[in-house]
Amino acid sequence: MTLSPYDLKSNYGDVTPIDQDDGPSPIAPIAYSTEYSTAMAYFRALVRNNEKSKRALDLTSDIIKHNPAHYTVWNYRQQILFTLDENLTKELEFVKGLARDNPKNYQLWHHRQVIVEKLSDSSKELEFINEVLDDDAKNYHAWSYRQWINTHFNLWDDELPFIDTLLKDDVRNNSAWNHRHFVVFHDLDAIDESLIQSEINYTKEKIRQTPNNISPWNYLRGVLEKSSRDIQELESFCKEFTDNDINSMGWLVDIYENRAKNGDDQAKEDAIKICESLANKYDTIRKAYWEYRKDEIAAPSS
Amino acid sequence: MGILDGPTPLDSLFTKHDGNITHSWTLQVETEVEVYKLYKEVLDTDDLNNVTLERERHLNYLLSGSKGLNKYFVVLDASRPWICYWVVHALDILGRTIEPDFMRGCIEMLSKYQNPTGGFGGGFGQLSHLAASYAAVNALAVFGTQEAYDVIDRENLYKWLLSLKQPDGSYIMHKGGEVDVRGVYCALSIAVLTNILTPELIEGTPEWIKKCQTYEGGIGGVPGIEAHGGYAFCGLAAMELMGTSEKLDISKLLRWAVSLQMPLEGGFQGRPNKLVDGCYSFWVGGLYPLLETITLRQQLREKKQAIKSSACQLLFNREALQEYILIAAQSQKGGLVDKPPKGPDFYHTCYCLSGLSTAQNHVVYDIEKASELERQGKLNATARSLLWAEDVSGRLVIGKEENLVVCKRSILDEK
Repeated sequence: MTLSPYDLKSNYGDVTPIDQDDGPSPIAPIAYSTEYSTAMAYFRALVRNNEKSKRALDLTSDIIKHNPAHYTVWNYRQQILFTLDENLTKELEFVKGLARDNPKNYQLWHHRQVIVEKLSDSSKELEFINEVLDDDAKNYHAWSYRQWINTHFNLWDDELPFIDTLLKDDVRNNSAWNHRHFVVFHDLDAIDESLIQSEINYTKEKIRQTPNNISPWNYLRGVLEKSSRDIQELESFCKEFTDNDINSMGWLVDIYENRAKNGDDQAKEDAIKICESLANKYDTIRKAYWEYRKDEIAAPSS
Repeated sequence: MGILDGPTPLDSLFTKHDGNITHSWTLQVETEVEVYKLYKEVLDTDDLNNVTLERERHLNYLLSGSKGLNKYFVVLDASRPWICYWVVHALDILGRTIEPDFMRGCIEMLSKYQNPTGGFGGGFGQLSHLAASYAAVNALAVFGTQEAYDVIDRENLYKWLLSLKQPDGSYIMHKGGEVDVRGVYCALSIAVLTNILTPELIEGTPEWIKKCQTYEGGIGGVPGIEAHGGYAFCGLAAMELMGTSEKLDISKLLRWAVSLQMPLEGGFQGRPNKLVDGCYSFWVGGLYPLLETITLRQQLREKKQAIKSSACQLLFNREALQEYILIAAQSQKGGLVDKPPKGPDFYHTCYCLSGLSTAQNHVVYDIEKASELERQGKLNATARSLLWAEDVSGRLVIGKEENLVVCKRSILDEK
C-alpha cells in the first residue's frame, strides 16, 4: 500500500517539505502522481534533517514501490536500518516481494548483498536466487549475486549439480556454462589432469548433442586454457562433425593456423581453404572476419 | 553485401535445433520469424534500395517526448540526466541543430542535479552517481558551449571520483553503491572530457579490467561473471583511453565479438544464445573501430606487412547491421526499438542510431601521430581521445543516400 498525500501530511507535518527544483524549463519532465511528488518532498526534508526513524523507513518503502531504481532512497534506507538496528531478516522479505516484478533492477540486488553481508547469514540466498532463475535462467544480476554468495560464504557444494540440471533443461544456457567455468576453476589448487579430462569429456558430449550450439564450444576453449594441453588434440573430435558445421570449422582454422606457424605448409593451405569456405558459403555474415583471418594466416611473418 | 542481398537465401538462415528443442532455441526462432516477416516484405517488393531512415518521425518522437512524460516514467526518475543524454545524443546524430532554449533548459536542469560535494545525481536532491554524471557531462559536451562547460565544478568532481575508487582499481557507482565495469568507463569518460585525469584515478584499473575478460573473450561486469556486450564496450573503451588495450587478449575478444552478429537478423546479441537487441548495435558495434586500430597497431609492432593498412578493416557486416536497424528496429510511430514487435523508447532510439552511425561511417585513429606524441611523452588519455578522425572514403550506406547520419568518434560516445 502506498501512502496518500493526506497520510503523508499527517505523519510528517512537523517537517517542511522540500520541493523539487529542475530549473525553469527542464527536458522531459515527468508528470508525477501527487503521492510520489509529496513523498519525495518529505524524503528530501528528512534527509536534510538526517532523521533516521521508523517513519522515515516507512517513507523509503513507499517511494521504492513507486520507483525501485531510486538508489538514493535505497542508500538512505540502509542507513536507517543499521541505525535503528532493525530486523534484517524481515528486510530480506521486503526485497523478495519486489524481486518478482523487478528482477533486473541493480539496486535491489545490491541492497540484498549489503543486508546479507551485514547479517552474515546466507541460508536463504540460494533458494531466493533459484526462484529468480526459475523465471529467467539467464538473469545477469542473479548470476552475479550468486557468484558473490559462493565466494563470500565459501558455498560451492550445490553448484555443479545445479548447473547440470540447468544444462539438461537448456544446453544453450550460456550463463550456466559460464558459471560452470567459475565453479570448476575457482580453486586453482584443485585443478589436475583428471579434472580437465572429465570436463573435456562432459563438454564433448554436450557438443555432440547440439553441434550448432556455441556455448559448449567456448567452454571447451576455456577448459583447455586452464590446462597445459594443446588445441591440436581436438582435431579428430572436430572432424566428427559434418563439413558445414561452422563451430568445428572455426576450431580447425585455429588448429591448422598453429601448425602453419611451425612451418607446416599443408596446414597453412588447409586453414586458408576453410577460411574461404566460411567467408563465402557457410558463415557469410562473418565474411570480413574470415577474410581477415585468411590474410593473417597467409601473410609472411617477420 | 548484407543479408537481404547476400548469398544465402533468407529461408535457410533460421537457427538449427539439432534435434534438441530448448527454451533458448524457441525464443530465438520466434524472434527470427518476426524479423523474417519484415525482411521478406522488402524482398518481395524488391525495395532494398529504397530502405529509408525515418528521420522526421524519429525527430518528432524525440522532441514530443522531451516536452513531457506521463506518470509511468517515474521509474526513470533517478535517471533524468540519462533521458537528457539519450535525446540530445540522438538529435545530434540525426543532424538536428539543438535550439538555444532547449539547450538552456537542459543546462539549467543538469546544474540543479550537481552536488556541492562533486558529481551529478540522477535527479534533484539525489546522491551523485557515476552513470548520471557520465550522462550529464556527455550531454554538456555535445552542447559544447561555454555556458555548458561552466556548469561543471571540476575541483569537487575530481575529489568525488577519487572517493569512489577502490583499492583494487575498480569504481563503485556511488557512495555505498555497487562495483562494475560501467563505473570505470564512466569515471574515465568524465575525467577525460573535463581534463582532470591523474595517475591516481587509474592506478590498478587496467589490471582489474583484465580480470573481467572471460574465457569466452568478452568482458563481464566483474571478474568471473559472463561476458556481455555492454560491459565489453565499457571495458575496452576504458582500456583504450588508458593506452592499455594490449593487456587484453585481443584475438579472443575479436572472435567473441564477431560471434555476436546474428546470421538472419543482422543485428547483435549481447551474449551467446541470447536474443538480438538494437542497443547492442552500439555496445557491440562500437567495439569494432577500437579493435581495428588495436589490430593495426599490433601488425605494425610485429613489423608484419600491415595487411591492407589503408583499407577499412571493420570486421563486422556493416550492411547487415544497417538492415536490422532500418528494416526491423524502426517503429512506425517514430523512435527505435530493441526488437520487433516491441515499442520504442529513448534508450533504444539513442543506441540504435549510435550503432547506425558506427555501421555507416568509418573513424580512424592516427597511429603515426600517436607514436610521435608517445616519443615526446605527451600521449595521455586526452590526447588519445582526440586522435580519432572521420575517414570519408570508408563510408558505407544502405538504402537511400540520405540515410547517412552524423559520424561520431565512438570512444567517448559524444562528439
